[in-house]
Amino acid sequence: MTERAEAIAVRDLHKRFGALEVLKGISLTAREGEVIAIIGGSGSGKSTFLRCINMLEVPSSGSVAIHGEEIALRADGHGGLAPSDRRQVQRLRARLGMVFQSFNLWQHMTIIQNVIEAPVHVLGVPKAEAVARGEALLRRVGLFDKRDVYPAFLSGGQQQRAAIARALAIQPHAMLFDEPTSALDPELVGEVLGVIGDLAKEQRTMILVTHEMKFARNVASHIVFLAHGVIEEQGPPEQIFGDPKSELLRKFISSSH
Amino acid sequence: MSREQRAATPETRIELPPEESTVDATALTALPSGRALLKPHRIALMAVGAGIVFCAAWFMRWDWLPNYAGAIVWGVGVTLAMLASTSILGFFLAVPLGLAQVTGPWWLCVPARGFCTVIRGTPLLLQLWLLYFGLGSLFPQFPEIRQSFLWPYLREAWPYGVAALTFSFAAYEGEVMRGAFAGVPRGELEAARAYGMSRWKLFWRIWLPRAVHRALPTLNGEMVLQLKATPLVATITVIDVYAVVSKVRQVTFLTYEPLLLLALIYLILTALLVAGFRYFEKRLPTWSA
Repeated sequence: MTERAEAIAVRDLHKRFGALEVLKGISLTAREGEVIAIIGGSGSGKSTFLRCINMLEVPSSGSVAIHGEEIALRADGHGGLAPSDRRQVQRLRARLGMVFQSFNLWQHMTIIQNVIEAPVHVLGVPKAEAVARGEALLRRVGLFDKRDVYPAFLSGGQQQRAAIARALAIQPHAMLFDEPTSALDPELVGEVLGVIGDLAKEQRTMILVTHEMKFARNVASHIVFLAHGVIEEQGPPEQIFGDPKSELLRKFISSSH
Repeated sequence: MSREQRAATPETRIELPPEESTVDATALTALPSGRALLKPHRIALMAVGAGIVFCAAWFMRWDWLPNYAGAIVWGVGVTLAMLASTSILGFFLAVPLGLAQVTGPWWLCVPARGFCTVIRGTPLLLQLWLLYFGLGSLFPQFPEIRQSFLWPYLREAWPYGVAALTFSFAAYEGEVMRGAFAGVPRGELEAARAYGMSRWKLFWRIWLPRAVHRALPTLNGEMVLQLKATPLVATITVIDVYAVVSKVRQVTFLTYEPLLLLALIYLILTALLVAGFRYFEKRLPTWSA
C-alpha cells in the first residue's frame, strides 16, 4: 500500500507562555484519512497543541505544515514567532474545520446562518448552494428542524452537533476537535460522539483531543498520549490501551476508568 | 484494529430524540395581552387616568391650540430631526470610541477614554454653550472660516446643537459599546478566526453585530434620554417643540396647558421609541447574550 499524503505535519513544536513551557518539542504527522486521538491529563498541553495547528496559538518554535504547505513564521521581535503571511494562515484555516469545547456558535445568527457563514463569506460559495449543502448537513446531524433557531435555544448536545455541521460545511481537509464533549451534560455526550464516530468511519482526517477513553479507543486509528508537554507514548489503540509501556500512561489509563 | 473491525464494534451511537421543545422566546418580553388589561386594578387605574384627561380637557383652556398647531408640528419635526441625526451620528462615533478602548493601541485608547470621561463628567448644557457661545463667537474672527463654504451653516445655531448632542450621545454610547465589545465571548471571535476570517470580516460579520445586539436594550434607554436632552437646544435659539411651547406660554399667558401638552408630546415620542426598539429586540435573541 502506498503511503497516503500528509494532511498535517507538525515538527518539533514548542510553546511557551512566559516562563512556562507547555509544549516541549512535539512532532506529529496526520496522514489523510487518519483519526488521531490525543489523550492526557489536564494541563498536559493537549488543547494548546491542537490550537497551534491552526495558529490560534502561535508556536514559540517549530513548524506546522498543512497538506505539505508549511505555515510561514517569522520572529515577532519579542522572542516568539508570528505568522509572516496572514493571508496564508487565513487560507489554510478556511479548510480546517474546528470544533470547540464550548461550541462557540455565533449567537446572533440562526443555526443555518452559522453553517453557511464561512462557506459564503470566507470561501465565496454562492449562497443558494451553501444553504442547500448546509441543510443537508443539518439533516445529517439531526438538526434540520432547528435550522432557523438561534443557538441559545438549543441544548448543549444540539449546539455541538450544529458546530460539527458548521465545521463540515467548509468541506474541510482535516477536522480538529478540541474536547468536543467536555462541556456537555453526561446524557448529551452520546449524541455528539455518535456524530463524530460516523465521521471517523468516512476516512476523514481528524485530530481529536478527548477525555473519552472508550470513544478514543473505538474510533481512533492512532493514539497519542501527552504528558508534561511531550509525547510520552503513541501507537495504535490496542497497543496503547492493551499494552501500555510507560508508567505515566499506565497510571493515566487506570485512573480514567 | 482495521477499519472494518472498528465499524463492527458496538458504537456509542444514540438515537436522536425526534423533537425537543425550544423555549418559548416571546414569553419573556411580551406586553400584557388584551385579557390581562381587564384586571380590576388595571380598570381602576385606567378610570383614574381617563378622569384626569377629562378634567384637563374640560376645565382648562385649549382654544389657542388650533392657532399654534402648525408651529407645534414643525417643532416636533425639529425635535425628531435633532434626535435622529444626533443619535445616528453619535452612534457612528460611539463604535470607534468603544472599539478603541477595548482593543486599540494606547494612543487611541487614551484619547477615547479621555473624551468619554470629559463629556460624561460635564453638564450637556455647559458643553452646548461652550460650543455655541465659545466657538460660535470665535469662528467669525477668522476670515478663512468666513469665506469657507461652511460659513452659511456655522452662522446658524443648529449645527452647534447637533454637535453638542452628538458628542454627548457618542460619549455615553461609547461607554456602552466598550462594554458590549468587551462582552462578546472570546470563543465566538476565536471561532471566526479559526474559520479563516480576516480581521475586517471578523469585525463586520461577528464582533460588531454581536456587540450591537448586546447593546440594543441600553441603546433604547440612551435614546430616550437623548430625546429629553433635545430641549436644551432651545437655549441657543433652535426652535424645537420646547421652544414653540415656551413661545406659546409667553404669548397666551397660560401657565399649565402648553406644558401639559408638551409633556404629552414627549410621552408619546418616548412610547414610540420604546415600542420600536421592543419590536427589534423581539426579532433578535438579545436576552440570550
